[in-house]
Amino acid sequence: MEPALKINNLQVSYYTDAGRARALDGVNLTLNPGEKLGLVGESGSGKSTMALAMMRMIKPPGRIEGGEVIIGDVNLTTLSEEDMLKARLSRIAYIPQGAMNSLNPVTRIGAQMVDAIKAHDTGMSKKEIIEKSMESLESVDLKREVFKMYPHELSGGMKQRVCIAIGILLEPQVIVADEPTSALDVITQRQVMETIDKVQDKLGAAIILIGHDMGLMAQFVDRVAVMYTGRLMEVSSVKDMFTRPKHPYAVDLIHSLPNLENKGVFKGIPGVAPALLRLPSGCSFHPRCSQAIEICQKDTPPYQEIEDNRFAACHLFQEKA
Amino acid sequence: MKIRKIIERIFFFLLVVWAASTITFFIPRISSRNPVRERFGQLARSGGFAPADLEIIIESFNQKFGLDLPLWEQYTNYVGSLARLDLGVSMFQFPKTVGELINESLPWTIGLLVTTTILSFIIGNLMGAIAAWPKAPRWLRNLAMPFVLFMGVPPVLLAIFLLFFIAFRLKFLPLGGAYSIGTVPNLSLEFALDVLKHQILPATAMIFGSVGGWVLSMRGMGITIQGEDYVLFAEHKGLSGFTIFKDYYLRNALLPQVTAFALALGNVVSSGIIIEQLFGLPGIGTLLHNAIKFNDFVVIYGVVLFITIAIAALMVFVELLYPLLDPRIQD
Repeated sequence: MEPALKINNLQVSYYTDAGRARALDGVNLTLNPGEKLGLVGESGSGKSTMALAMMRMIKPPGRIEGGEVIIGDVNLTTLSEEDMLKARLSRIAYIPQGAMNSLNPVTRIGAQMVDAIKAHDTGMSKKEIIEKSMESLESVDLKREVFKMYPHELSGGMKQRVCIAIGILLEPQVIVADEPTSALDVITQRQVMETIDKVQDKLGAAIILIGHDMGLMAQFVDRVAVMYTGRLMEVSSVKDMFTRPKHPYAVDLIHSLPNLENKGVFKGIPGVAPALLRLPSGCSFHPRCSQAIEICQKDTPPYQEIEDNRFAACHLFQEKA
Repeated sequence: MKIRKIIERIFFFLLVVWAASTITFFIPRISSRNPVRERFGQLARSGGFAPADLEIIIESFNQKFGLDLPLWEQYTNYVGSLARLDLGVSMFQFPKTVGELINESLPWTIGLLVTTTILSFIIGNLMGAIAAWPKAPRWLRNLAMPFVLFMGVPPVLLAIFLLFFIAFRLKFLPLGGAYSIGTVPNLSLEFALDVLKHQILPATAMIFGSVGGWVLSMRGMGITIQGEDYVLFAEHKGLSGFTIFKDYYLRNALLPQVTAFALALGNVVSSGIIIEQLFGLPGIGTLLHNAIKFNDFVVIYGVVLFITIAIAALMVFVELLYPLLDPRIQD
């Protein structure tokens, strides 16, 4: 099967007064159409940077320094600025984190859908554009009347649905959802996730769900990618990740989830995530790692397939490759 | 609901005007000064006529202006004439009515001060918005800098500077007046150009004096707005930079500026008095200045009341306009 998304060795750095911070360091990822990938990691691990880099929206002082983002047969990293504008929403769409404020408060929902379609060469007539927008609203279980409403007249969950409806307007092959439910209550969260699931099924798009909520991930995604200091540590199927995680960081992360048997006992990962400006030598996790060996301090472990469809960057699994 | 709101606003508008006119009426009368007596007293001291006749003259003028009546009757007369939009007769420029005087001055004030206020608003807000827009070219973003620097210079000082160098030394433009001496106001193109030539220097002084303020406040708003999620999401939608600037960024950043704009328009007369004086323009500011100089209290009240009404009306207008600009404000 032709992959929907291929990310090869993606590199993003931020240049600050204190030096260069590698926010994304050689990320490789392949996603098939219809696949759901959960991207998890601590704050500052590079999840949102990855979303922005895929949309080519890294702003100065940040820069994409290398690698490719290929959607279908189009390499986004080599597109002109103008073509990239057209690629947003039509090839890769983004569903924002702050749904509460992601809609322009002074214009109607309809206007904010119509301008999105108009910015792309769809060749649709005005009537078709309006019809398309209303259909999109219906497909996220909103009424057609929402088209004529203002954002302040909608609830948080409805606003998030509108954002999803905008995201799927041009039937993108890849959808990046950056913590789409973080501001919503659990009931609404579930409804919104079901909506995303439904529209994704319809479009056959690949989806990257960024978030912290492991419970949500376990229910929703097919594969989980664990990120740490701008590198992918492990990518495994959701079942493997939760039952037998491989990478020591992934192991600690899964074990830090609270469970009912050990109520009241919190198990964290010792230490704190290092600042991107002063990364440890070798594997960036080695100072916090309980299984670190000598080589971990010297060499950065390569990211490679350690089992069928399981990838990790760890010296412990070197020989099995 | 909509109609009810409009009626409510108009009622409050009338309430404000009534309160303002009542205060304007009572304050001078509390002081027990008689402007007629003062005026003729001055004349008598300078030897105009025999003091014996003075009392008779004052008496007759007091009668003419109704100053001999009891206070409550004066007040009802005053409110009554206001209701008929009659602001009274000027004491100094007798027998011209205050209404006529305002009518004559108003075009000059609107022509210069209102126009420059509108121009300043447009130029200042556009430059301020661009100055805060990260994607604008650097030279365009820095265009506003000289205006911000000029904020430190009072418009009056700038006006004197312009008058001295451009009008007096270089003789590029006329020194003052609304139009060239010897021409009769008419509707020809020639006269219009002559008037325009006289307006360039005062307009420059006014614009340079006020653009900087708009630039700074708009720039501040712009920095806040460009970090908003909806501007970011607009970018994710693949919209062009111009569309985002116009529909998402400027549209939102402009909202608080509209209120400030109405206030600036309301303060046009007071902020322009000195400029009108300096350039010898016969606007409302000059009318008020002369009325104060000659203690022509009927005119003072008329002008003050007129300004009050103008500000109150502008506020009503803005309040009715605001829900159209920002749908979040409804009731």
